[in-house]
Amino acid sequence: MEGIMTIGVLGLQGAVQEHLKQIEALGLHGISVKNPEQLNDINGLIIPGGESTAIKNLIVRYGFLEPLQEFSQAGKPILGTCAGMVLLAKEIADSPDSHLGLMDIKVRRNAYGRQRDSFEADLEVKGIDGTFPSVFIRAPYIEYAGDNVEVLATFDGKIVAAQQENLFVSSFHPELTKDTRFIKLFAEMVASSFEEPVTS
Amino acid sequence: MEKLVGSETVKRGMAQMQKGGVIMDVINAEQAKIAEASGAVAVMALERVPSDIRAAGGVARMADPRIVEEVLNAVSIPVMAKARIGHIVEARILEAMGVDYIDESEVLTPADEEYHILKSTYTVPFVCGCRDLGEAARRIGEGAAMLRTKGEPGTGNIVEAVRHMRKVQAQVRKVVHMNDDELMTEAKLLGAPYDVLKQIRAEGKLPVVNFAAGGVATPADAALMMELGADGVFVGSGVFKSENPEKFASSIVQATTYYNDYELIGKLSKELGSPMKGIDISKLPAEERMQERGW
Repeated sequence: MEGIMTIGVLGLQGAVQEHLKQIEALGLHGISVKNPEQLNDINGLIIPGGESTAIKNLIVRYGFLEPLQEFSQAGKPILGTCAGMVLLAKEIADSPDSHLGLMDIKVRRNAYGRQRDSFEADLEVKGIDGTFPSVFIRAPYIEYAGDNVEVLATFDGKIVAAQQENLFVSSFHPELTKDTRFIKLFAEMVASSFEEPVTS
Repeated sequence: MEKLVGSETVKRGMAQMQKGGVIMDVINAEQAKIAEASGAVAVMALERVPSDIRAAGGVARMADPRIVEEVLNAVSIPVMAKARIGHIVEARILEAMGVDYIDESEVLTPADEEYHILKSTYTVPFVCGCRDLGEAARRIGEGAAMLRTKGEPGTGNIVEAVRHMRKVQAQVRKVVHMNDDELMTEAKLLGAPYDVLKQIRAEGKLPVVNFAAGGVATPADAALMMELGADGVFVGSGVFKSENPEKFASSIVQATTYYNDYELIGKLSKELGSPMKGIDISKLPAEERMQERGW
């Protein structure tokens, strides 16, 4: 597609504005995506933190399921934070159904317990110098990752950030901090896929 | 690696994850499951919904812990519960039970007519009601991690929630455009902590999420509150007093997400059955107004 690079944030529920603010802080163009047709206008998509069951409900009801799967199959980058990670996973622990079923990971929801167990920690994340302030809110973690999944960060031995080709996920919420380095990693992924010449 | 629990970021962040969503009052596991399946982002576990509290009269207290426990076990979405204003121990009990958010609520009979709970001393986050920026800033000063309009609970009448949302928004806009030398006087006039006002001016908005509550009875009411700048919606008596709770709950959720798609909200509003009868606020005796509780 022509024009400037645009990053969309799935705008159904959750920390949508927080992600858009980070995109803007990086000097990039971001839009809230509330209808499936808008996926044609963006080069990468962020599925924000929120309540995964509520977001899933709206994804199905408003016809996002197949367009999102096609978006991913076209190799366009998707970042899922917290609920976004749950939505992208192929498998959810102790649950028969997955949501988008795109990434070869098994995710445990509310893995650290209830809200009183939510926490902050400084983590080492591959691709970021020093540590990254990571906010975990009723967070999931990755219980199993396929061979094609690269681990980007762990906490207490559990995988909390990972990448599989165009799919990028974190248990924590980079959008709740003022540190834009994590979103920048994703923006760089989007930029390189944007610059690749389209062969048809 | 070190782990920090109960920080301001973690408590406020939890409310940020609820943005654009609907939080529903429930009184048992069955209702909680219906709310979750309909797309609620959280449920509020109660013994009675506000309209029934109004009808019952007497002293309204924290719910029976058995009900809270039942709801905690029934759903995977966050569970909130109400403690009486100033009731330090009810709040500690709810925290110990693992409730995800406590509403220090005027819907219950206040336990303290002078002091609210010092919420910054808890690991669990709190939501509090407000009618104006002074009240909002005082609650933030005490450590509330989320706000909501007080509205007039259990009336099915949106007029008070609209009044409170407009008032807070207008006062925030005023503070954001003030000079340094005007801010202390504004703090005095509002009865607001100076530091909180400084923070509002620096960020250009409230430092915590602000939901609408108290009188939302239709999908159009929910959309109206979003249009006025609410970050999300609490629905109390409306859902399970309606003829078809699943349909009603789902319609409110959709209207909250797509609050400026009027054609859609029109469709969502069709054949929902008769909404709550509603109460004219001016016919409500002063002592029955829940919004006057707390300060």
